[in-house]
Amino acid sequence: MEKYDIVIIGGGPAGLAAAVSAKKNGIDRILILERDKELGGILNQCIHNGFGLHTFQEELTGPEYADRFIKQVKELDIAYKLNTMVMDISQDKTVTAMNREDGLFEVQAKAVILAMGCRERARGALNIPGFRPAGIYSAGTAQRLVNREGYMPGREVVILGSGDIGLIMARRMTLEGAKVKVVAELMPYSGGLKRNIVQCLDDYGIPLKLSHTVVDIKGKERVEGVTLAEVDGKGKPIPGTEEFYSCDTLLLSVGLIPENEISGKMGVEMNPVTSGPKVNESLETNRKGVFACGNVLHVHDLVDFVSEEAAAAGKNAAAYVKGENPEEREGREIRLNPVEGVRYTVPATINAAYMDEELTVRFRVGGVYKNCYVSVWFDEERAIHRKRQVVAPGEMEEVKLTREQLLQYPDLETITVKIEQEE
Amino acid sequence: MEVKNLTCINCPMGCPLTIEMEGEQVIRVSGNTCKRGEIYARKEVTNPTRIVTTTVKVLNGTSDMVSVKTKEDIPKEKIFDCVKALKNVQVEAPVHIGDVIADNIAETGVDIVATGNVERQISEYVRS
Amino acid sequence: MYDVIIIGAGVSGAAIARELSRYQAKTCVIEKEEDVCCGTSKANSAIVHAGYDAAPGTLKAKLNVRGNQMMGRLSEELDFAFKRNGSLVLCRDEEGMPALQELYERGLTNGVSDVRILSREEVLAMEPNVTDDVCAALYAPTGGIVCPFELNIALAENAYTNGVEFKFDTKVEEITKREEGYELRTDKGVFTAKCVVNAAGVYADEIHNMVSEKKMHITPRRGDYCLLDKSAGSHVERTIFALPGKMGKGILVTPTVHGNLLVGPTAVDVEDKEGVNTTGEGLEQVIEKAGMNVKNLPMRQVITSFAGLRAHEDGDDFVIGEVEDAEGFIDCAGIESPGIASCPAVGEMVAQLIRDKMGLKEKEDFISTRKGIVKPDTLSKEERNALIKENPAYGSIVCRCEMITEGEIIDAIRRPLGARSLDGIKRRTRAGMGRCQAGFCSPRTMEILAEEQNRSMSDITKSGGKSRIIVGTNKDTL
Repeated sequence: MEKYDIVIIGGGPAGLAAAVSAKKNGIDRILILERDKELGGILNQCIHNGFGLHTFQEELTGPEYADRFIKQVKELDIAYKLNTMVMDISQDKTVTAMNREDGLFEVQAKAVILAMGCRERARGALNIPGFRPAGIYSAGTAQRLVNREGYMPGREVVILGSGDIGLIMARRMTLEGAKVKVVAELMPYSGGLKRNIVQCLDDYGIPLKLSHTVVDIKGKERVEGVTLAEVDGKGKPIPGTEEFYSCDTLLLSVGLIPENEISGKMGVEMNPVTSGPKVNESLETNRKGVFACGNVLHVHDLVDFVSEEAAAAGKNAAAYVKGENPEEREGREIRLNPVEGVRYTVPATINAAYMDEELTVRFRVGGVYKNCYVSVWFDEERAIHRKRQVVAPGEMEEVKLTREQLLQYPDLETITVKIEQEE
Repeated sequence: MEVKNLTCINCPMGCPLTIEMEGEQVIRVSGNTCKRGEIYARKEVTNPTRIVTTTVKVLNGTSDMVSVKTKEDIPKEKIFDCVKALKNVQVEAPVHIGDVIADNIAETGVDIVATGNVERQISEYVRS
Repeated sequence: MYDVIIIGAGVSGAAIARELSRYQAKTCVIEKEEDVCCGTSKANSAIVHAGYDAAPGTLKAKLNVRGNQMMGRLSEELDFAFKRNGSLVLCRDEEGMPALQELYERGLTNGVSDVRILSREEVLAMEPNVTDDVCAALYAPTGGIVCPFELNIALAENAYTNGVEFKFDTKVEEITKREEGYELRTDKGVFTAKCVVNAAGVYADEIHNMVSEKKMHITPRRGDYCLLDKSAGSHVERTIFALPGKMGKGILVTPTVHGNLLVGPTAVDVEDKEGVNTTGEGLEQVIEKAGMNVKNLPMRQVITSFAGLRAHEDGDDFVIGEVEDAEGFIDCAGIESPGIASCPAVGEMVAQLIRDKMGLKEKEDFISTRKGIVKPDTLSKEERNALIKENPAYGSIVCRCEMITEGEIIDAIRRPLGARSLDGIKRRTRAGMGRCQAGFCSPRTMEILAEEQNRSMSDITKSGGKSRIIVGTNKDTL
């Protein structure tokens, strides 16, 4: 069995950045296992621009952004296997994978970095009633067909869900000759970035109907139309508000779910809110030496932050392999407590003894809050109180904590992150 | 004086911009958190532009399509002219990031460049 | 001229074809859809009922019990997934006890083995997620679950191997009595047969009424279902029913043979024989009523919902036999629940009826077994590697949710009566049936189908007919 210091599951943006960072932190035996036929993951089909402003101070498209990291992986001579599916990871970090050439094979890892990304929620998750004809696609499937293969999945399109992929696909389908009739969003706010509403919908006169959902799908063989209805505060359709849109295609952009089947099987503890692993300040899961980053940990809006997070995971995994961390951790494990509008935090615990000078805590809010404060309480004391004009579920938030700051509170048990209104 | 409200599209922060105008003249931009926001605001109210991304066909490549973009932003009203002009464009593999696919697209003075890599097909199978 | 034409390639038609293929007869199955298992057979509870439901003396009772007994051996012969997981009929209040007792006695009368009534404690010990207000339950250990697609496909493949012809995309439009047998006019030409079997599911009344003055009426009775992710598959181990009511057996909760959890169905009489649309009310009812029998159902884990139509005949029993005023025309109609459980016995009964009528002789070379598509996850590491070495396509995962390889998909396309659409591949391999519902794999599956059958990508359909997935290429309308 081949032995590696670090095996990285997934060669998308998270896996690539983690590999580069681990290598730069002194680890030589790294292997990336990628299920697709090329490195880069979902970025390869995200051909729109807007990536990399943070990382490269440049506006890149998805494939260009991926290429920057792929080049580094190649220059640093990091090993990778394509078309390779990871089937299982055992408790002792034996990774079982499969491809055409090697068959079913095992590699032994000292550390594992989970970077499998996420998948789209399907129609069933929303229980959308109606027929089940051809012409219903998740936005990502349509994105792959159009951007990678040059095929049009439809001519007249209704999009349910205003997640970023849905918004981006509204523009892409329009540019390629389709008519996008409407984007419906169940929630009273969009799940996507504001800039995407402006440049993907407003630019092309595509209406966005908030608090609307699909209540019927017509068409036995191919979609012939969908009925939208307004929903009440509980998301229930309001009778009498139904409106029929004739179309041949329904795209769904109704959320992303981290792909943690393998993590779950190996006993990694999950956060039910994110559907991703619970991690500490080192992005390490409850399984020692198993780290997670990117969309498998929690769904991000911006790849730049995925790269940043993954680089941290790579660095921490390197430290683990080098034995810089003791078997039994010392010091206090401080619990992060997301409340009052904050749905979760990544990480879930912090031990100041192992954190960097500065640590980014990322989180999402559960609703739209205007003129509010993002507050961080160290037990009973408010340590951060940052004014925000608006925070929304579609945009990931962050606060930065420093080690120096935490070391001033040796008895600290809980860091509470919450949204506070104007006093 | 006229006041226009926009959302900046330069980066994902999406800053809410307020532009005070006197006729065609921009008097003041506020709400932006960086220089790019101001540039965007001034342009958006006078001559709005966009980067356009799309795909073109590739011959004899490992993939049938390559992603492309306008090297710089082009006037918003030229977006569809630009895409239409690319309708029958085909390039021979290999294609690499940055390769010029078409120059002066739709008379904008802006080139179309590849944003992806497609290598030459080496296997015997070519998809019909 | 055929000896026998069977109209319909659902489980009943396929079971009849398979049983009939034991005999020396020229047989053809005519199906209006592009594949087998496209109607009632594809969307149902997939339950092999024990046989205590139907009134004693009915065909339903007789064939259910017999079919249940036959299913184990059939699943071994034809290599499809079948599991006797047992079933429980819950009684939630004392008032229901007489009805439960009656069901128990009916089970005994019908000849169902090992049925017994369990106390509340016994039920909860067996199934901790059953509702706390259960007061007793009828337990039938012979109740089982099956993969209805595999069952239907296996029967058809085996019939085909034994010489039965299949004509798909062929709709019977008119049937005329001839001096000898019948003439069937279809949208693909005229066929004649000495004997015709009507196994047309919800359309069996229309087919019957083409030849008989004694009119039949079938009501499509729609049932909505929700299918939950495999993470919810072990929520219950047995099939959980409520005491049956007028419109069927109520909402059940059951694991599937593939480890998902299935909840449903509703029962709504509809006009449209193609009306397999789910409704908001239906799905709500499924969720609400299932929750009355099983607690803490993780309904957030729903991966798809669907609806099926039961072929309900006015007489409330299976209608099997030669039509009184149409000699040589055999009905196999009104096959609603327990149709899946009964199908082996239905096939046997109809085949024997035809054998006796036509004096058919047994074939000497009948092949009673069929091998299904290899399931790599059931192989050892060594076996799997040997398979990949022989055919590398088995090393390439296409459907990541169900871990289905390219090798399995290619087999599904190449085997007898192979898949021609995405749904055909899905029903044969499960590719696309998992939690992402074909989001990731469908472009690749389409590519494989196009390569294998030398078709263009734009000809690939979801389920035949006009169900094309791709309508053009980028910018083609600009």
